[in-house]
Amino acid sequence: MQAVIDYISSNLFEGVAIILFGIGFTTLFLHPNLIKKIMGLNIMDSSVYLFLAAKGFVFGRKAPIVTDGVAEMESYINPIPTGLVLTGIVVSVSVTAVMLALTIRLYWRYHTLEMDEIMQIIRKEGK
Amino acid sequence: MSRVRTDYEKTLWRKIVRFVNGEKDLFDEQSGFNVETEELEDRRHRNFFEEAELNKKKVQIAELIEERSEETEQRAVKLYERFYRLFAVITCVAIIAILLVTVANLPDYGDPDNPANNEVSKKYIEDGIKDTGAVNIVAGMILDYRAFDTLGESHVLFIAAVCVMILLKIDPDSEKGKRFISLENDRAYEPKNDPILVWATGILVPIIIVFGIYVILNGHLSPGGGFSGGAIIGAGLILYLNAFGFKKTERFFTQKTFSVVSVSALLFYSISKTYAFFTGANGIHNIISKGTAGDIISAGLILPLNICVGAVVACTMYSFYGMFRKGGL
Repeated sequence: MQAVIDYISSNLFEGVAIILFGIGFTTLFLHPNLIKKIMGLNIMDSSVYLFLAAKGFVFGRKAPIVTDGVAEMESYINPIPTGLVLTGIVVSVSVTAVMLALTIRLYWRYHTLEMDEIMQIIRKEGK
Repeated sequence: MSRVRTDYEKTLWRKIVRFVNGEKDLFDEQSGFNVETEELEDRRHRNFFEEAELNKKKVQIAELIEERSEETEQRAVKLYERFYRLFAVITCVAIIAILLVTVANLPDYGDPDNPANNEVSKKYIEDGIKDTGAVNIVAGMILDYRAFDTLGESHVLFIAAVCVMILLKIDPDSEKGKRFISLENDRAYEPKNDPILVWATGILVPIIIVFGIYVILNGHLSPGGGFSGGAIIGAGLILYLNAFGFKKTERFFTQKTFSVVSVSALLFYSISKTYAFFTGANGIHNIISKGTAGDIISAGLILPLNICVGAVVACTMYSFYGMFRKGGL
């Protein structure tokens, strides 16, 4: 019990991020629907952002915007994970858009979004 | 020199081949053939009927085998799927468990002595204003220290927009495009003239776009910047499009606008940043002044670069929506 309390108090955000990652990964791995696969990938992305933002946070410090002229490391959180999250969001938006476009093309071609049905049609056409 | 022989059938080799194949008229062609002609004819007739029956049977057997194999295949697919699901769930749970145990051994959340808070972030925070002139240290980081990274990001967005265009663009003049537009497009019912949507849009869209411009222009002074401001402007444009239809938006935003704005913004970004890196790396005097930190026109190139990034992001968001909606802008 004590171990669980220690875990929650020390690494709550990272643990939540890992669980979200697992949910997204399972959806991406298991769900036959292509749109839900893309949703799973987006959940994975968000979990990674949460993890990075949690790693950059320091108790009692502010966002790194110098408004009062104090430019010391002791008063601001780590700005690097924030920049990484920004990059990640942009890339995830682009990847999601391209994946959705490919899914639309697949739907035009096979008239279904279920992965296994598409595979069956492909197998039948291949014979 | 090789020549095509016309008397091929009469050669010795050919005869041997026919002998091996079981034909009777070996080396003497006359004898044997005439005697057995009638018998041969008879046998041929019988063979024909027998073959027909055999073929019928063969077809039946093949059908049976196919049915049986299809059944087994379906059973195998079902079994495989069940196994796959079980295996995948076990894999996922195992991955989550391993990662959770790993997370327990990470440095504590919010601890100032974390190894992540090292000399790099110290340099960014303590020298950020002096080096870049930006009050917002993240903006100074991503648009000055790591500007090439942000240039790559804008290019990723632009390339994604181009990819979506390649995949979904429909030529309205072609036969297929005409059929698609008549079948699947809701453009014929536009504008919808829904009073609630039109009124709310009329009030909201100017505020949203002005707020987006504010976020872009204050990117070096406050939270925000090109990416978030561009996304806000793109959302405003999409709302406008939904309320008033493509006819209204085509007055100011077409395919040409998209390409001109995106390409010129990316070009300006590349050229200005190349200049900044060239002068910085070679110690040449840079004519772009940093200004007073905290002013709206300060921080050197960060403000124009934010505007460029915002333009690219807004155009990309809007073009994504247009492509998914009707396959064109």
